[in-house]
Amino acid sequence: MNPVVRWFHQLGSPPYFDRFSARWAPVAHGLGLLVMAYGLYGALFVVPADYQQGDSFRILYIHVPSAWMSMAVFALMATYAAIALIWRIKLCEILAMACAPIGAAFTLITLVTGSIWGKPMWGTWWDWDPRLTTELILLFLYLGVIGLYNAIDDRRSGARAAGLLAIVGVVLLPVIHYSVTWWNSLHQGQTISLFGKSHMDASMLPPLWAMVVGTHVWFVGSLLARARADNLRREAGKEWVAKLVRAQS
Amino acid sequence: MIWPATKALMARDLRLLWRRRGDAMQPALLALLVVVLFALALGGEARALSKVASAVLWLAVLLAGLLSLDSLFRGDADDGSLEQWMLAPVPLGWLVLVRTFMHWSTTALPLLVAAPFLGELLHLPRNELPVLLASLGLGTPLLSLLGAVVAALTVGMRRSGILVALLALPLYVPVLVFGAGSVAAAAQGLDSTGALLLLAAGLVLALVLAPLAAAAAIRIALS
Repeated sequence: MNPVVRWFHQLGSPPYFDRFSARWAPVAHGLGLLVMAYGLYGALFVVPADYQQGDSFRILYIHVPSAWMSMAVFALMATYAAIALIWRIKLCEILAMACAPIGAAFTLITLVTGSIWGKPMWGTWWDWDPRLTTELILLFLYLGVIGLYNAIDDRRSGARAAGLLAIVGVVLLPVIHYSVTWWNSLHQGQTISLFGKSHMDASMLPPLWAMVVGTHVWFVGSLLARARADNLRREAGKEWVAKLVRAQS
Repeated sequence: MIWPATKALMARDLRLLWRRRGDAMQPALLALLVVVLFALALGGEARALSKVASAVLWLAVLLAGLLSLDSLFRGDADDGSLEQWMLAPVPLGWLVLVRTFMHWSTTALPLLVAAPFLGELLHLPRNELPVLLASLGLGTPLLSLLGAVVAALTVGMRRSGILVALLALPLYVPVLVFGAGSVAAAAQGLDSTGALLLLAAGLVLALVLAPLAAAAAIRIALS
């Protein structure tokens, strides 16, 4: 068998996933922290102040990466949920449900930092503007997924129901993404793009990319750690978990 | 096979509704309560009321629909009819669609009929009424279809309570924004067809997809 395919099949086995995530979650956390520390240092000390916004634009280095993550995590959660519903892979249910609290946290960070940024720039903490509203709805969707998962006693059917909600909620993602283009909005349009020319000074970009990479790597670490905990909780009572506990005590 | 089942389901729902006439009044009563409370909270002043009338009416209809969501599949889940639906040689999605239609016509349709009268209580400007009725006519079936997905997701639970509202809210918000937005645009003398067309597009999309999603949710809940 192709080694990649074999590794993929192995990963679906709970004990193997437990070992895998126990090894890689701390690595991803550490690496993410390092890259984010570099990015934050650059954002706070190296990058020059904006000619219009002064120093307050520096919150962008937290706001933008977490905003991207809030949407990317939702898409990933829905993808895992779809895989779990179609191929009935138990690990994907666990991973989808592990995505939800992390994504909700990123969404909350986006809303809070955006609000703090909005006060000096727009003169208001909050405005019922399309992008802000859709991001708030995204937070409610995350909370709904978490709530539904916790409300159903049977964890497997709970994960499948919450996953279905996540798939339904995906309809909202393009609306959030294009809300600044479709409607006249207080929120500024897209200024940074991965492909093509960014409308931002080149000296401001490297810390941003560092933050983007850092949050992604950090997310992988959190995902593995959360999924590992859920995996252990579901498998509690199995022989290999008992062995693991005996080995550690 | 499909038509006898459809007719039987419709007849059964209508008969159940007729036997519990009191319950059938509830959504309209709730909408009336919301309207009255809003009017009293705003001091009953005609000018202030007429400004927010369309938004309050939309909200009243939405809340009334939210309250009646739980009854969409609950009774059938409790007495085992849902299992029969799954075993029936008729697509589950179709039965869900029929049930949602019956639910809409017994909970939302009375509100649509009552909307002009409720609007009069709120001093709704007469020229906004046609747009309001059009947006409600397109919006309430959409709300019912989205609500069917939520109700199906929570059908396996003993009591769903606030969870239904939490799940339905994010899905309802776009409908509310475009629905109330179309009336607000008409009030300012702007063209409201754009928002209405978007509502219609959403309704068409939901007519096809929502019953399938709700059917999948029922299968998950009962598996």
